[in-house]
Amino acid sequence: MDALHLDVALPLRPFRLELALAVGRETVALVGPSGAGKTSVLRTIAGLARPERGRVALDGRLLFDAAAGIDLPPEERGVGYVFQDYALFPHMTVEQNVAYAGGGRAGEVLDRLGIAALADAQPGELSGGERQRVGLARALARDPDVLLLDEPMSALDAHTRTGVRAELRRTLDDLDLPVLLVTHDFQDAAVLADRVGVLVEGRLLQVGTPGELVAAPSDAFVASFTGANVLAGFARRGAGGLTEVTLGDGSILYSVDEGEGPASVAVYPWEISIAREPPHDSSLNHVRRPITSLVRIGNRARVQVGPLVGEVTTASVERLGLHEGETVVASFKAAATHLVSRES
Amino acid sequence: MIRRRLFTAALVAATALALTFLALPLLAIFLRVAPGELVSQLGNDVVLDAIVVTAKATLISQALILLVGTPTAYLIASRSFRGRALVITLVELPLVLPPAVAGLALLATFGRLGLLGGTFEALGVTVSFTQAAVVLAVTYVASPFYLRQAIASFEALDNSLLDASRTLGAGPARTFFRIALPLAASGLAAGAALSFARGIGEFGATIMFAGSLQGVTQTLSLAIYAQFDLNLDLALALGALLVLLSAAILLAAKLLPAWTRSTSTLLSPFARFGSS
Repeated sequence: MDALHLDVALPLRPFRLELALAVGRETVALVGPSGAGKTSVLRTIAGLARPERGRVALDGRLLFDAAAGIDLPPEERGVGYVFQDYALFPHMTVEQNVAYAGGGRAGEVLDRLGIAALADAQPGELSGGERQRVGLARALARDPDVLLLDEPMSALDAHTRTGVRAELRRTLDDLDLPVLLVTHDFQDAAVLADRVGVLVEGRLLQVGTPGELVAAPSDAFVASFTGANVLAGFARRGAGGLTEVTLGDGSILYSVDEGEGPASVAVYPWEISIAREPPHDSSLNHVRRPITSLVRIGNRARVQVGPLVGEVTTASVERLGLHEGETVVASFKAAATHLVSRES
Repeated sequence: MIRRRLFTAALVAATALALTFLALPLLAIFLRVAPGELVSQLGNDVVLDAIVVTAKATLISQALILLVGTPTAYLIASRSFRGRALVITLVELPLVLPPAVAGLALLATFGRLGLLGGTFEALGVTVSFTQAAVVLAVTYVASPFYLRQAIASFEALDNSLLDASRTLGAGPARTFFRIALPLAASGLAAGAALSFARGIGEFGATIMFAGSLQGVTQTLSLAIYAQFDLNLDLALALGALLVLLSAAILLAAKLLPAWTRSTSTLLSPFARFGSS
């Protein structure tokens, strides 16, 4: 049974937030660019922002119902909220921060999150990862019915990020609570959440598992947000059951997806192979352009060829002797593409 | 090279002039009368009465300012409402209002023939030219110093801390006492010190509204004015006392925030050692 039900409308400055969402005992991430209304969703659930219409229910309890005139104050909602930058009280120790929530379980919660040794520390002395765990411990100390996390990864250094993220995922899995988190980073969402919703200008474009979003993005924005190359063009039915997409520069790409009219071709960087000459293989799509940038990340390299970013191993880069400015052919199969409609 | 030196010399000269101008009159009070004479003058009845009147009026008005001003400042700082700018202007107006006008205004309100005078008279209460009038005059003139600083201190609070408190089960009152008040404390203390100092030195509004009756409404500042023609040495002794008092308050106001900051960072390493 779904624990958290949300169906609200809230006017934000440039647009309206209109959102219906149900969260079970799972972790759902809302991702989207900054200013998409993500934090407003959390504030609405916590009672820190008041929607114009709609309702919020948690485990069958009504937290907000505009029609019935119900609007519980934040302190009566049973919502655990981990704020962006964690909002730890600077004039209290870690233990006092956690005990502030009441319930007398501060020690137990600190133990459970492995931060009992930090009990007497001041928040100012903690690392980003430690502050995140204290914020989490404090939010959990009151036994909330739902846990909300606002950009839980944003205050972390790049080099601790991956470890902290995996640790957070384990903690959330152990909670057996509905968790709703917001982030602007699809990678973070994909690691932390069971389901991901893409929120843009106050509207949910698509909700699905991270795999579903990558495999079948509903539109160009979702595709580019999940890391795909998105090339805008005009689609029409071609030979052999394939769709031909004519790009702005007149070149033609092929997709197995059906579509007609304005459409974009989405293809992920790992589906793209790079060669000096068009390969004699099954791929139908070839883009012949100079390399505009070549960035090595660990054992992989991101190679920008014209409008496409391809991801290949550094071993391939060495073997082919690739360098910036050199003209190469980027190829991918028609079956590796997604055709997404492009409505202006 | 020469130009640069000339500019530096001009800066130094201006600073020397300013500091001399500000410090010399203060020094002159102490140089005019021998220190022994200053101390013996302080035993005078006029001085003792003025100290009692000033202490009483200042402490009562300071208590009123803190008790009423703190919640007022919190409300103004934490809500946005129509006419907020107008309210803030109203709060700040007594800062720039000539004290004589403030005294006149208080007289027009609480005086026997004033706006509320009839009401008070019916209750058998006379306000003007009593100690209550001193308290009102001091409060009217000094409170904006506290309010302004208190509003700024509450506005500077990180809102997410107040929001966090609410989601952790604390109502608005507990959030105010446990989070907002402690975090704004050093700013509030600085504001209180400023309004305290302004209150002690109050002159114009008090003499208009409360008069200068020894032992009743004659504060230290008023006593200086009264003694100016009668006994200049006594006036100077009172002046010296007020200079020292003002300097002490200002110093306290400057040191207080630094002190609260440094103790919080000094304590923590020890707390850390204790736990490990």
